[in-house]
Amino acid sequence: MSDKQQSNKQNPTRREFLSTTGTTAAAGLIATYVPLSANAAEEGETTEAMGPLIEGAVPITLRINGKDRQLRIDPRTTLLDCIRETVLLTGTKKGCDHGQCGACTVHVNGKRVLSCLNLALMHDGHEITTIEGLGTPETLHPMQKAFLDCDGYQCGYCTSGQIMSAVALLKEPCGPDDASVKELMSGNICRCGAYPNIVAAIQQVRKSA
Amino acid sequence: MHTFEFLRPNDPAAAISAAAQSKTAQQGADVRFMGGGTTLIDLMKLNVETPNRVLDINRLPFDKIEVAADGALKIGATVRNSDLAYHEKVQRDYSVLSQAILQGASAQIRNMATVSGNLLQRTRCVYFRDTAMPCNKREPGAGCPAITGHNRTLAILGASEHCIATNPSDMCVAMAALEATVHIQGPKGPRAVAFNDFHLVPGNTPQRETVLEPGDLITHVTLPPPINGSKHLYLKLRDRASYEFALSSAAVVLTMASGKITQARIALGGVGTKPWRSPEAEAALKDQPGNDATYRQAAEAALRGAKPQSENGFKVELAKRCLTHALRTAAAS
Repeated sequence: MSDKQQSNKQNPTRREFLSTTGTTAAAGLIATYVPLSANAAEEGETTEAMGPLIEGAVPITLRINGKDRQLRIDPRTTLLDCIRETVLLTGTKKGCDHGQCGACTVHVNGKRVLSCLNLALMHDGHEITTIEGLGTPETLHPMQKAFLDCDGYQCGYCTSGQIMSAVALLKEPCGPDDASVKELMSGNICRCGAYPNIVAAIQQVRKSA
Repeated sequence: MHTFEFLRPNDPAAAISAAAQSKTAQQGADVRFMGGGTTLIDLMKLNVETPNRVLDINRLPFDKIEVAADGALKIGATVRNSDLAYHEKVQRDYSVLSQAILQGASAQIRNMATVSGNLLQRTRCVYFRDTAMPCNKREPGAGCPAITGHNRTLAILGASEHCIATNPSDMCVAMAALEATVHIQGPKGPRAVAFNDFHLVPGNTPQRETVLEPGDLITHVTLPPPINGSKHLYLKLRDRASYEFALSSAAVVLTMASGKITQARIALGGVGTKPWRSPEAEAALKDQPGNDATYRQAAEAALRGAKPQSENGFKVELAKRCLTHALRTAAAS
């Protein structure tokens, strides 16, 4: 673990590399993804910067990982796109974007939902939790640690959704056996096929609870 | 996704008057109520649904499950599928409903989907979902390529020459067997519709899927008081073990005395253009001994009117075996 963290600091991550390249190669495109007013000092500045790109945008306050975010978004923005492209929390993944894969799973008021089939506007005042709100690299959530211990992933793309689902499952009616866990995790698809290890990770947390 | 105006009505009256400006009712309409969004947002991304106005009904006071004075169960329109399935009284007295919901979709979708949204869930027919293809449900008169195309998962009961799309709901199949009532508030006041009358078969108007009129808002669904000692079962057959729509399903509510069936309520899923209540199967079961011969006769009766398409002939026998097995299992429980 500590080796891995160290190497990450010395070398740019794939995301840092891509976003740097993107800024120089396609500045106009990237402007679409500027946080609208999440981190902006002044409202007017943000609106001006966005120009016609946010025509018809509406203000909304979203509480994500315990922090209120004042945003202006197009009414069509899904909760998923808002989290990723407006708030820039990219741990939540876009897989199918049609409610068929579970990669975008987040918690709303403590319950797991698919952020791709929700409009962000539906959630003002709700408590939203993403993978970034679960633990930190130094203090992992027990489920994050269990996924590491049990090797519950290969490529990692579905992992944040799997973990968000698994954490919510701990509070749901679920039989003690592996079959019950598999049934309640069936909304999270893993094309690498890490399923046995994902089930093992969840059972490890349930047994130690 | 097309642009739309997003509104949150403060009370049911405001929601109804805003929706009453729509030319058609709900499905495919220019003004749409939004519950969980699990069907509507998906179809809006595909440009199959293109409302000008979306009315968020999630904060209207329809989120309760209550027992009425007469013992009926009143389920609010925005109650989430998971809250309904795990409700203590539903699990005990209306088990077929709990079983059906928990065999549908995934845990995440059940946490989002509402009762009224599930009533209006739209078909998974691939031609309906693809705006590059003609579809009589989307564009009346455009034609139905499913009839000569990919129709393995489509309907064998209740279809017409204009549409063979399957109703995909599990919840609705259980509600049909439980003889639920749909309660609607509209511009002309409240009304109650028997569950079997709520959904329409396609006929010449496949674009019209329910009896809802512009402005009609589903407020709640009621289930009649529980039948003491009744045996409940929902059996669902599908291509995957989980997170898949039914190829065939059966909701069974049986009352038995001394080995004889005194009352049966039967509905089929995955095979009909609407949640398919089968009075034919119910008549074949009433006052008959609970044995395999009776169950098979009921299944034959239920599928007598089946008209398979080029790719789904297997569904006729599958549905018969599904119902036979469900009856056998329920009777033995």
